[in-house]
Amino acid sequence: MARLVGGVACSHVPAVGAAIDKGKTGDPYWAPYFAKLEPARAWMAEARPDVCLVVYNDHANAFSLEVIPTFALGLADEFPPADEGYGPRPVPVVHGHPELAWHLAEALIIDEFDLTLVNEMTVDHGLTVPLSVMFGEPEAWPSRVIPLCVNVVQYPPPTGHRCYRLGQAIRRAIDAYEGDERVVVFGTGGMSHQLQGERAGLINVDFDTHFLDGLVADPEAIAGISHVEYLREAGSEGIELVMWLVMRGALHPSVREVYRATHVPTSNTHNGLLILEDA
Amino acid sequence: MPASRDYDDIPGTIVFDGRRSRRGYALNKFLMSLNQPANRAAFKDDESGYLDRFAVDDEQREAVLRREWLRLIELGGNVYYTYKLAACDGMTFQDLAGEQTGMSAQDFAQMMLDGGRPPVGNRHRAEWEAR
Repeated sequence: MARLVGGVACSHVPAVGAAIDKGKTGDPYWAPYFAKLEPARAWMAEARPDVCLVVYNDHANAFSLEVIPTFALGLADEFPPADEGYGPRPVPVVHGHPELAWHLAEALIIDEFDLTLVNEMTVDHGLTVPLSVMFGEPEAWPSRVIPLCVNVVQYPPPTGHRCYRLGQAIRRAIDAYEGDERVVVFGTGGMSHQLQGERAGLINVDFDTHFLDGLVADPEAIAGISHVEYLREAGSEGIELVMWLVMRGALHPSVREVYRATHVPTSNTHNGLLILEDA
Repeated sequence: MPASRDYDDIPGTIVFDGRRSRRGYALNKFLMSLNQPANRAAFKDDESGYLDRFAVDDEQREAVLRREWLRLIELGGNVYYTYKLAACDGMTFQDLAGEQTGMSAQDFAQMMLDGGRPPVGNRHRAEWEAR
């Protein structure tokens, strides 16, 4: 059966992608942040995933307000980087894993998660920045990728509880897959940040620390955080943290925290990076 | 839809819910169109003429032409869609966020370097009204 070798939670700040793409990672502003990525990249090199299931959100690129799927699974052979309004990121095309993706589609829908299935889509910084964070700048991505896109742009996003349960269903499906692939699940976005309104710039380190500690040790409690609490405490865009619960649900109830790094600020965001393995 | 929401009490925060999505549908459709290079060129060439292709209302049109960023959000623009217009002008996302706060770009950047806007005093509207 396929083997889930770990979970990664990772912010997907577009400015991090821009810093990599423009060769600014050694600048005084960026160097302290990028230094914190080295242990995570070393873990990734050891983990050698064949497939990364990346839970992320699209930011008005593959999807618009015309159709707003709450959960959309990418089934394609490849996913080109999106032009987000200023040209696509100069990163490799993302190659999918249609066989495992279709297995997930069938297993999850029968398990009562009503996914939208997507055969053609571009992927934006929400997916490609976490790949850059964990893999650096390879000629080709060293792993196949299955995108799982969650709506967190049009209120309301799915609840944290729903995301956690989806993660548990994903684990059941991975465990039931007949291939021998090594799989890493990513939950992306967050941590606290607010990009809009007169309160823009909100950062709440105490909330984020509580979230991280709870995600590791008591995910059922963290899954109960309400939307209004995310909005008030983590900022209007901090509600992206629900996507980290999909990753957490895919791991065992008891996990080992392999690595944690946080950094403030990356642009407007309290940046978080967390690696977990089953205990 | 209920008239008010539990999150309406959060100051300076315009949650992109159904009320805003309905208000801003045409505006966001315009903003989304800027993902295509040919449309960006057409918009830069004749901003007002390009806006005629969309069912934006007069308030939204004016806010686009004047680059009134907070107003665009108030008129139903979603911030990720609105960023596409800001990117046309060469702005970073931090520029767009800062513009909405009334702070200078330098002051906003410094606030972020200093750890961001703290939650204390910024959770409830009453806290802002008491200032």
